Amino acid sequence: MTEPQYITLDHGSGGGRTAQLIEELLLPALSNPHLSPLGDGALLNLSGPLAFSTDSFVIDPIFFPGGDIGKLAVCGTVNDLAMCGAVPKYLSLGMILEEGFPVADLQTIITSLAATAASCGVQVVTGDTKVVERGHGHGIYLNTSGIGEVKWPGLSPQTIQPGDQILVSGTVGDHGTAVMLARSGMLQGDELTSDCMPLHQLAAAALEVGGVRVLRDPTRGGVATVLNEFVEGTALCAQLHEYAVPVRPQVDAACRLLGLDPLYCANEGKLLAVVAPETASAVLDALHSTPGGENAAIIGSITTQFEGRAVLKTSYGAHRVLSKLSGAQLPRIC
Amino acid sequence: MLCEADFRRPQGVERLVQAIGSPDLPPMRLMEVCGTHTMALARTGVRQLLPPQVQLISGPGCPVCVTPAPVMDEVLRLASLPGVTLATYGDLMRVPGSKPGFDLRRQKALGADVQVVYSPMDALELAKAHPTRQVVFLGVGFETTAPGTALAVLEAQRLGLTNFSLLCLLKATPPALRALLAQEDFGIDGFLCPGHVATILGSEAFAFLPQDYQKPAVVAGFEAGDLLAALHLLIQQVKNHTPKLENEYIRAVSPQGNEMAQQVMAQVLEPKDDTWRGLGEIPHSGLGLRREFAPYDAALRFGFAPAPTSAPSPCRCGDVICGRIGPKECPLFGTACTPDTPVGPCMVSGEGACAAAYLYGRE
Repeated sequence: MTEPQYITLDHGSGGGRTAQLIEELLLPALSNPHLSPLGDGALLNLSGPLAFSTDSFVIDPIFFPGGDIGKLAVCGTVNDLAMCGAVPKYLSLGMILEEGFPVADLQTIITSLAATAASCGVQVVTGDTKVVERGHGHGIYLNTSGIGEVKWPGLSPQTIQPGDQILVSGTVGDHGTAVMLARSGMLQGDELTSDCMPLHQLAAAALEVGGVRVLRDPTRGGVATVLNEFVEGTALCAQLHEYAVPVRPQVDAACRLLGLDPLYCANEGKLLAVVAPETASAVLDALHSTPGGENAAIIGSITTQFEGRAVLKTSYGAHRVLSKLSGAQLPRIC
Repeated sequence: MLCEADFRRPQGVERLVQAIGSPDLPPMRLMEVCGTHTMALARTGVRQLLPPQVQLISGPGCPVCVTPAPVMDEVLRLASLPGVTLATYGDLMRVPGSKPGFDLRRQKALGADVQVVYSPMDALELAKAHPTRQVVFLGVGFETTAPGTALAVLEAQRLGLTNFSLLCLLKATPPALRALLAQEDFGIDGFLCPGHVATILGSEAFAFLPQDYQKPAVVAGFEAGDLLAALHLLIQQVKNHTPKLENEYIRAVSPQGNEMAQQVMAQVLEPKDDTWRGLGEIPHSGLGLRREFAPYDAALRFGFAPAPTSAPSPCRCGDVICGRIGPKECPLFGTACTPDTPVGPCMVSGEGACAAAYLYGRE
């Protein structure tokens, strides 16, 4: 058995060890005609209007139930592009590694990243690696930027109208609670897993039906925060029905224990769609028949009842304003 | 036996709402003592289901919120001492000291080692894992968290840990209620008593409310069905002038409570006079470490000395908590005191009376 290998400052020197890392670890997993020449940049052929997005990934823990930082780094940017009505095509990959990070872990992360990219039909076409001294980073940070070709233009919160329906592609709050519990070491096993997954197929399924006003993936801040962004400063109200919001029982229980609210917890594999009333049920059907959309639901509608607010109608018929999150959600004692 | 989910069923809740809503109710002000009740009322929207005659006032039952500013100043100082790791519950992170914006989030950003933990035992684990650090657990809470906190001290003693200590800021609920009731013009007609505290102390710990003060009192659980069932009992008592102690939360609360937890508390902790943000000093309202546990007392180890509350604060949380004024009548409301820059306890808690008024526009 060979000794375990660790990232050293040499791996970021730009010299021989950097080349070795690229050729032995990155290229075998990510190889494609755009990346393999290893030029200063990638030369791409694209057409029509483009969507361009970037996201950085600093998640702790790096490996979490249901995913890892590599899978997340692809999903994060692919999903942002998909929400723009684009077909994701190309990604860049920036890595900041901490001295002493196990090469085996990096291998696992790159393998996972490559598999996720392949499943989305996107290619990593350019990249960069830096190494920081031990103590100056948390093992590994990733950044991905992505380009996609816009196939469904015109998605915007400004097109939302009263009567529109609000859809979510599945259960709410899975990622945030899974990561928080993993971080606390409170629960072990597969009871509660992140929903981290690419959304390009679900987005395409919804957009093909038509009538979609806007798509958003409710990551940090959760569903409640996105809905606030949709209606803030308008005469519209985003009104949810508590009974209609799909929440896994494990997530519900974890949130009750920690004093969190699933509507404010991050998702990494869910899309929120505002859809014209005429096509809402057809969009719902399309989501239901697409992998990952089995639990999709119409969770509310756009009204004018509380101007500029997101509101939850509780199971008991009362209204609760879903205000914007001020700072991070913190576990409560009381 | 009924389980938690049975107390969430909309059908049951609807029947309770109908039972409560009789037209001949007199106007009444009821206090939910416990912060978790305040949260549950907001989450379920139960407040809106009540007849207009019934007004619910949020009491002093959020231990985080009632920790005074000078105490937080000292906590912030302690957090920044070299070699100290401060272990705290998450919601203390944004409780301000005397200067607006000076909280543990800021100290952490400036380099203090502040760790959010979920239980005192997690703090003990930190001490075991980092023998060169002085781990201080910020022991905030009411009788609900006191037994666990006391147990952590006993465990530290058993393990002979020399780098673990407790900053004991624990508070006792019944003395605070007595202090409220002793105030003139305290206009509360009945109490929704805290189910979690009663789980430890027993429902009998609140028998003084009807016996000594002729105030109706009902111990309540935390689901919508619990809240409404308890409020129904409470409203009947107020309406019929029959103050007594009732227990709605029988699936968790016995008359005598958890005697083992009480023993651990009594072994490690003793009553002391204590200061509450917004209410001032209240006799016997704090729980301090007994003398024999002095080696684990962070206050002694680090010379913890909160400044006496100096100039009277313009913050009127005390009046809000007593139901004397509405949140918007406080001169700081919405200007100096907002959810992002809270001054008083009612704004610190996300569902405190002032925060709720600010966010939801409710009085």
